[in-house]
This record gives sequence, structure tokens and C-alpha cells, in this order.
Amino acid sequence: MSSPIDQAKNAEKFLADTVHEQRLDKLLWAMRMRRDAAARLVPEWEELRTLASEIKEHALSHLSDYLTQFEAKATANGVIVHWARDAHEHNQIVYDLLAEQGADTLVKSKSMLTEECELRPFLERRGIRVTETDLGERIQQLDDQPPGHIVGPAIHKTTKDVALLFSQKYGSDPNNEDVAYLAGVMRENTRPDFLKARAGMTGANFLVAETGAIVVATNEGNADLSANTPELHICSVGIEKIIPTMESLAVFIRLLARSATGDTITQYTSTFRGPRKGAAMHVILVDNGRSARLGMNRFWHSLKCIRCAACMNTCPVYRRSGGLSYGSTYMGPIGIIMMPTFEIRKYSELPFSSTLNGSCTNVCPVKIDIHEQIYGWREVMEENDQIQVVKKEAMRVADEVLSHPTLYHIATTTLSPALEVLPHFAVYNRLNAWGKHRDVPEPARGTFHEWYRNHRPNRNEVER
Amino acid sequence: MSPTLALSRNKILDSVRANQRAAQPMPTIPHFHTNQPSDLVTAFRESIARMAGVVVTEDVPDLDSFLRATFPGAKVICSAIPEYAGTIKPASFNHWAEASAIDVCILRSPMGVAETGSVLLSDLELHVNTVAFLAHDLVVLLDPKQIVANIHDAYEHPHFKLRPYSVLMTGPSGSGDIGGIVVHPAQAAKTLTVILAPAPDARQRTA
Repeated sequence: MSSPIDQAKNAEKFLADTVHEQRLDKLLWAMRMRRDAAARLVPEWEELRTLASEIKEHALSHLSDYLTQFEAKATANGVIVHWARDAHEHNQIVYDLLAEQGADTLVKSKSMLTEECELRPFLERRGIRVTETDLGERIQQLDDQPPGHIVGPAIHKTTKDVALLFSQKYGSDPNNEDVAYLAGVMRENTRPDFLKARAGMTGANFLVAETGAIVVATNEGNADLSANTPELHICSVGIEKIIPTMESLAVFIRLLARSATGDTITQYTSTFRGPRKGAAMHVILVDNGRSARLGMNRFWHSLKCIRCAACMNTCPVYRRSGGLSYGSTYMGPIGIIMMPTFEIRKYSELPFSSTLNGSCTNVCPVKIDIHEQIYGWREVMEENDQIQVVKKEAMRVADEVLSHPTLYHIATTTLSPALEVLPHFAVYNRLNAWGKHRDVPEPARGTFHEWYRNHRPNRNEVER
Repeated sequence: MSPTLALSRNKILDSVRANQRAAQPMPTIPHFHTNQPSDLVTAFRESIARMAGVVVTEDVPDLDSFLRATFPGAKVICSAIPEYAGTIKPASFNHWAEASAIDVCILRSPMGVAETGSVLLSDLELHVNTVAFLAHDLVVLLDPKQIVANIHDAYEHPHFKLRPYSVLMTGPSGSGDIGGIVVHPAQAAKTLTVILAPAPDARQRTA
């Protein structure tokens, strides 16, 4: 049995290096600001979020019907559809397809599902050379690290880090940190792999039941190259990615890039319905715990996720500790609520890597109640005796305070002024496991209750 | 279907059915036309410029002269449109990787999207899908009358229900993966130039 991942401890190294920590914090917050600006330009933004949430809930409540509809349509289009219950079945299907094709090289675009299934080491152990073709994912592959962010896998690295890495792996100039130069180095080294590869692989952002299509969004064009250049295209996709129609796809495409980076759309938003003449297209529908999650009354909502990473970009814990500290495929707020469904003990500490400030929920384009699920997982961990004594005590105190209005009043009115004057060690002690290494925000000048009394004295009297 | 595959399929579907939520209704999806811009061509130009695409609105009477002047170093010009020969046609490529020899590729899109600045391309226009990704520079002709307001309208195009491959292409290939700084190109085309030009049959109609 795996011992629990200690995200706070893992983050210590990242936090000790202030250059990386401050840079990542600033960069991701700028993304969050761009997301806000993009959303403000769309008058129907909130209506789109509601629609997206409702479409996903509809699709997940008719999942078996839509999966069989997709299978029938895709098959009629000439696609070969496979079903994989778990990571091993998925990896074996991919390997068998490559072996049948006589392919010993594979170009693939970014897919968090293949990370989840640990496909790359599986194939490499069997003699297949895999080239990740997404720039960020390739950087992480060359550095022998997993992705640190689901949209920008190497976002935690500086240009200097990449210049040094490319100089070691590709022999480029270690002192040239110009990003256009570095992207050019990648292009020069990857293009021959596209041209030679016997097989290409992509993930999918959406499956469309009505047309049997997979939809892939990228900025680099690497998914289109991976799928179109070789004569074998394999697409791996989780069963929860299904949506009913092309009409419903429009809602998600309008939300996805705006939520992720603040752009209106990705450079390439591609729809693959079937193979070209003389080529083969395979789609592997992967469960790997998703159908079981569907049955979790408190946690099935996380299946609505469209992997935009807006929740990560806004999360103060994620921004200041980096994605690798989570020790998991999915990181940040969405990772916290997904990972325990894969392995409860290993990820039992992750739900504590949150301030429960709720901004993840506020920016989620499909309205997942992320912070409430994080709190729900904390309760599950406590019920299952999966958490450290320190965190358990903190939760007990929080429960006590939150369930008694008088105590809550005392706590908020006395603690806030105290935070201004208390020495650092008194706030960041071992009883505040997350506060270690982190500065809490400046306390508000008054509590909401104080403000309310000052501004609404009469109504206050009536309501009391 | 192999027995193992059939077993996995049935096990997954059984598990989904056992855990499926109570049925939720499908919402009605509006097209939000009340918020659409009044001038679709201007909106298209502004949108594609944000994604580093270039729009030519002036009349281009001689395509060959335009291409020679814009891409002076280009040797291999692949034309996927009937009205211009170029130096090569997509049908010449036996293997789709051979399209990497293209310097400039010229295509015609059947639809633009004002909201995003995207142009639609499918296997029908590309013939060989890789020409749009392995060519260094792309030039796309688009009839301004074929610009729709938003993505809701765009996904009503019949290509999405009929063609094996369709792409909404918005600007040249790019990446923000190093240091969060967006650069062009990444893996695919270095530039995307859209020439607003009526479709040949439309020209004939107005002539």
C-alpha cells in the first residue's frame, strides 16, 4: 500500500527557490486575469457556464446510451472502437495495435489519460520509441518529469531551465533563452519524427455521440500532425468526455480556451469522424475508475471536468507550490477531488492542500462545486481514519467553531487583529499544516458582521 | 469483436448503468444572436489578428504575383484551388509526409467565424490533410459572405456531419509552453494569411 503523498512537504523544495515560486505565481495569476477579461467580453458567459453544466449532467445521466450511440456512429464511419476497463487493458490495446502495424516509433500529442495510464513507460519497456510532440510535454519528457500543469506541462520551468535542458538533449546554445529560438529547436528536432513515424496518437477533449467524432483542441498543430501524417491514428479517451451533439459542442468550445488562457479559441480545433482512405483510426474508450466515480453521490460532479486548468491558475496553494508537489497525474483543486477516487490512501492528504476559498468553484466553466468537494473529501478521510492527527485536530476545531455561531463570532473578531501582530512562528506552527512556508493574506479591517452592523444598524436590530 | 474486448465493453456498460445518475434534461441551446457584432467582416479581422493571423482585404487580381511578392523565397507552392496552378497539387503526394516539401500552400475555406477569427477547412478542401500542417506558410481564400457570427453558427456547417476531418483553424501554429510567452510557430504553419475574396462562382454571378 502506498504511503500518503505529502504535498506540503514536497512543496518545500519549490518554495525554497523563490525565483521559480514567484514566477509561477505571477504567471498563473496573469492567466487568471486574462480568463476574467475574456469572460467579461461575452455577455452570455454565465448562461454558457450553466448550459455547459446542464449538458454534462444530462450526458452523464444518459452515459450508457450516448456511449453506445457513439460506438455505432463511429463504427459506421470506419473507426474501430475499443473498450478498456483499466490502465493495463488500455496500454495493452495500444501496444497490440502498434505491433500489428509494425510500428516501433510513435508520435503523440498531449493526453492526460495516457499519463494516468502510464502508457509511455509501458511502451518503452516493449521497445517502442515515443515522442511527445506538445512542446511542454516534450520538455517534461526530456527532463524525465511528469506534467506539472494539465494545459502547460512545463509552466513551472523558466526559459533558462529549458535552454539548459535543450542544450543537454539537443546540443543547442545553453545561453540562448529566446523563446522563439527554443521553440525552433523543438520544431527542428520533432519534425523528422512526424515524417518517419508509423503511428500517431492523440487524446480527445470531447466525444460527440451524434456524429461519432472526436474533437481535439491544440495551439501547436501537433495533434493534427500526429493524427494525419502516419497511417495509423489511435485516440485514447475517458468515457466521461462524451457530449450529445455538435450543437452542444459549441457551448464547450466557447468556454474552453477562454477559461484556460483567455484566448477565444485554440489555434486548431479539430474534428475527426473517420479515417482517411488507406489509413486506420482507432478510438479506445477508457473507464479506469470513471464508472465507479459516477456512483459516488458526493463526488460524481468531478466527471464534468473539461480540463481547462482555470481552477489551478486561480488556486493560491497551486500557484505557490507547483504541480509536481501533488505527486499525482491531476493536480491543483481538480486533482485534489479526482485523485482519491483512484487510490484513497495515497492521496488522502491532498484535500488539505486548499484554503477552501472557493475561487476554483467560481471560475469552473462547468460549475463543479470544487471547494465543497474538497471539504467533502476531508470528511471522508476523517471517517476512514486516513489523516494525520494534526489535521484531524484542526478539522475538529473548525467543525466546532463553524457549528456554533457565537464561537464563530469570537474567532473571527479576535483572530483577525491578532494576525496583524502575532509573530510569524505563532501563525505558521505545526498545528497549521498548510500555513507552513506560506504567508496568509492580510486580515480584513473588520469582519462581515462588524461591517453589517455599521452599515445596516436598523435592519440588523430587526433581524436579530 | 474479440471475446476479451466484448467482455470489457459489457463490464464497462454494466458498471455505467449501475452507477448512472437520475436522468437530467438536455437544455435548449440558444445561438445568442442578440449579442453578435453588426459588421461580421470587421469582427473577423479583429479576432484573427488577436491570434496572429493576417487578413488581406484589398483586391488581389493576380494571385501568382501576390504570392511571389509576399513569399519571395518560396519554391514549392502547393495549390488546392482549381483557379490557380501553383507548382504542385495535393494529389501529387503519394505519402502524406511528402507535404513537408511545401513552402506555401493555398486553399479556399467555405466558412469563417467572426467571433474567433477561425477558418473552416476539411479533407474536401485539403485533399491531403497534412498540406495545412506541414507547409511553412498558408494562404486561405475566404468569401466575406461566408463569415458566420459565432461558434454556434459554425458548428451547423454540414462538414461537421459529413467530412471525416474538419478543423477550425485560427492563426498560425503557436505555443505558450516556455515561460508562458506565446511564440509562433510551434509544430505546424509559421504564418496564416486570409485573403477576403468572393468565391469564383459568386464572381461569375455578380459579373
